[in-house]
Amino acid sequence: MNIFVCVKQVPDTETKVQPNGDGTFIETNSIKWIMNPYDEFAVEQALLVKAANAGSTVTVVRVGGVKDTEALRTAMAMGADEAILVEAEDNLDSYSIAKALKGAIDKSGKSADLILCGKQAIDDDCLQVPQILATMMELPSVSVIVGFEQDGDKVTVKREIEGGALEIYELNKPCILATNKGINTPRYASLPGIMKAKRKPMQQLSLGDVGVTADDRRVVYSDFQLPPEKPAGKKFDAMDEADQQKVVEEVVGLLRTEAKVI
Amino acid sequence: MNFALTAEQIEMYNMAKKFSEKEMIPYASEFDQNSTFPINQIKKAWELGFVNTCIPVEYGGNGLSLVDAVTVGEALSYGCMGMHTSIMCNDLALTPIVVGGSEEQKERFLRPFTESPLLASFCLTEPGNGSDAAGIQTTIKDKGDHWVLSGEKMWITNAGHADWFVVYCSIDPKLKHKGISAVVVSKDFEGIEIGKKEHKLGQNCSDTRSIRFNNVKVPKENMLGGPGEGWKIAMKTLDHSRPLVSSIALGGSQRALDLSVEYAKERKQFSVPLSKHQAIQFMIAEMKMKVEASRLLIQKAAWLADQGEQNTTIASTAKAFAADSCMQITTDAVQIYGGYGYSKEYPVEKLMRDAKLIQIYEGTSQIQRLVIAREVLGK
Repeated sequence: MNIFVCVKQVPDTETKVQPNGDGTFIETNSIKWIMNPYDEFAVEQALLVKAANAGSTVTVVRVGGVKDTEALRTAMAMGADEAILVEAEDNLDSYSIAKALKGAIDKSGKSADLILCGKQAIDDDCLQVPQILATMMELPSVSVIVGFEQDGDKVTVKREIEGGALEIYELNKPCILATNKGINTPRYASLPGIMKAKRKPMQQLSLGDVGVTADDRRVVYSDFQLPPEKPAGKKFDAMDEADQQKVVEEVVGLLRTEAKVI
Repeated sequence: MNFALTAEQIEMYNMAKKFSEKEMIPYASEFDQNSTFPINQIKKAWELGFVNTCIPVEYGGNGLSLVDAVTVGEALSYGCMGMHTSIMCNDLALTPIVVGGSEEQKERFLRPFTESPLLASFCLTEPGNGSDAAGIQTTIKDKGDHWVLSGEKMWITNAGHADWFVVYCSIDPKLKHKGISAVVVSKDFEGIEIGKKEHKLGQNCSDTRSIRFNNVKVPKENMLGGPGEGWKIAMKTLDHSRPLVSSIALGGSQRALDLSVEYAKERKQFSVPLSKHQAIQFMIAEMKMKVEASRLLIQKAAWLADQGEQNTTIASTAKAFAADSCMQITTDAVQIYGGYGYSKEYPVEKLMRDAKLIQIYEGTSQIQRLVIAREVLGK
């Protein structure tokens, strides 16, 4: 079985994000990159499927900057067999990323039996690459999956919907699945895994190699800004009983007119 | 000249740090208060390759350099110095076999440790001798086809859980260091009596006990080197293990620094965060200076060993500096936290208690200075 996992590299959750000079993205110079946490579930699921299907290979694919290849190295240290890196700016839009992923998978020379992605990236939270990729590849796809079972070519997945209810889908391979928290517990990369990863093949491609051009961009970022700073909270003094009626009225009034919550 | 860790070392550090944040920190306080031995952490750590970093690839090990090992050691000790003392204990116990064992002994003793999470203890200190390690009173007698071991050992880490003991003993205590020998002893040998668990100031999750060897029959082929070779083996072991132990201090220091920075930014006194007061800024700057200097000394001591060069003096320098710094840094962390710092509800008082041990075990800070002074001044 040829299993592909699409991973994204995102800033560590503790990063203090700053817009870059021209507002086209965030400042990436001093960022510590990690694998998108939802993608860790996808990698783990791929490794579990690999373990259950002798002779399978897991290929991780990433589209993004090349200064740091943390996400791919981590995936290979966890146990993925090889990696493909498509060199691109880090602020590419979802459509271009999906097209690049498709191009990379096509170019790998392997026909994909299963493609796994995280349900969303925690940096831009677009939640659309798996679906666009599925449309481009004309494959069935289910997102936000929390359960996975496989029986020959048939795959049964559980999908979480609003309110915690589950939908159950049956699909035929090949298909594209996007994982949510709860589907598994991602393993740690082991020290021997990290050392072996060094010797695993990583193929590097350009956007041109995978057929993506500037015309493919559907979204251009132009004005990244920090959200306005939260004003300090208001304090009301109602220690004196005589003031209490007045203060309560004032607070209720502000909740209506200013905060607009009642 | 290059101070950068390799990409793999950075990844090892990040992975170990993640392990320490998820598997160690959440349990550290509870294990400390109940003196719970971190057996699950040790087993998980073993699966990930954190235990037995000293075992060479030829015998099933992971082939880590000492720089790799101290990098991982810092990250794990960040989670809990006590737990990491117990995780690292195997390295101290098995290094004598790595440096002093024959091919046959290495294969026989080391490989099983790579196949299942066995534990081993290093038995040097005795009730009557600590710093004066050459004054060993435990004896080993030649009985023709086997040895007989008798004596008592003290403050033995992981003793209650160890499958194997590497025991330093003497063919004749009058010979001092020339009589010292090292033997590998199974917990199943007849005549071993494990003492009760010691109550300690800190590092409470780590199991510390005395052990008595009552005329224990030891096979001839379990002696490392030969009779009288033990002192050399012990000294070589310390060259390797002191950087590792220093990394325990460094992990604790870095944790105390991070917790202090976090608290200083959030706690307000005189209407501004503590971090705006110069008195606190200077304490934090001092912590940072000591953390950085400790790390460089430890990396240098480990790097020299990896180059196959003599590292005794720099290893002692790293050990004394990192341990003393850790004591100072963790004490200052309690000071910055004030009344909260003195409370067990907050994590810093435990760091201060755990730190004290590092100035004592693996050669006290005074013994390290003795080693350094001997080198600088000549004997």
